[in-house]
Amino acid sequence: MKVAITSTGNTLESTLDQRFGRCSFFVIYDTDNQSVAYIPNPNKEISEGAGPASVQILAENGVHKIVSGDFGLKVKPLLDSLKIQMIVVKDVQKKVSEIIQSLSH
Amino acid sequence: MIIIFAVNKCSIDMSPRIKRIRKVVNPPSVKGFKPFGIQDKKGSTEAVNVLTEEYEALRLCDYKMYSQYDASVMMGVSRPTFTRIYASALRKIAIAFVEGRQIDIEGGKIYFDSDWYKCSECHCFFNNPEKDLALTHCPLCGSAHFHRNEEVGLYEPADSEVSEDICVCVGCHYEQRHRHGNPCKQQRCPQCGNIMQRKK
Repeated sequence: MKVAITSTGNTLESTLDQRFGRCSFFVIYDTDNQSVAYIPNPNKEISEGAGPASVQILAENGVHKIVSGDFGLKVKPLLDSLKIQMIVVKDVQKKVSEIIQSLSH
Repeated sequence: MIIIFAVNKCSIDMSPRIKRIRKVVNPPSVKGFKPFGIQDKKGSTEAVNVLTEEYEALRLCDYKMYSQYDASVMMGVSRPTFTRIYASALRKIAIAFVEGRQIDIEGGKIYFDSDWYKCSECHCFFNNPEKDLALTHCPLCGSAHFHRNEEVGLYEPADSEVSEDICVCVGCHYEQRHRHGNPCKQQRCPQCGNIMQRKK
């Protein structure tokens, strides 16, 4: 199963990005074969509709869960209808590697 | 004279208060209803538009049998506002029944929200996208210790018009988030029982 994590950089030591639509990178972690892929977010500088555009990118990648700091009002109903689980982590200091570690419980 | 002037000035300068966004758990399973066997062909055939929030009010109150106060908390509006929404729903349905008109369920200032849970070990929030299946463990850390996030306003979307006001206890300075429609002065501190007031 694929999990998307919003990240501030393209390393495992980067911290979790608290924004969903305008995060710097999406880290796609596959729980089945422990592979990690980084997708730079093309919607970072977009003025409107960044959330739904980001959802489309992740849905095309077949993501089932998304870990982020917050989800906007347009994104929530969209993810609900796509049956993608939202996980909200309010800890700003949390690193991507720590999240991946807790995901492989 | 001064009062009249003040009222006039207010009505020019101030726009009406923004409607709070109503939470709706699930979209309705149908888009509307149609009457059959219409006897009186002369009546109006225009459809009655029931808003999604009115459908939700009716569902919570009369289908799920919650009290109006509980239902208002679930929809994120004050109790009097909930009663207004509910009354409007009944009125529209009555019009449709009596006049034999079609009902359309659409529109309204709403957003769809699923149930949110909080994990006791990693303190993350998560929702349940598969509403028919019960969750067994936290999706992040795998812990079985999680509970339904009942507290209103604990996890709110960042860009909604959520009240940022905080009620503070005059005695022990205990703080809690202000809930829309509940005057602070009528609240009691859960820790020492003193009255609360709005934090300046």
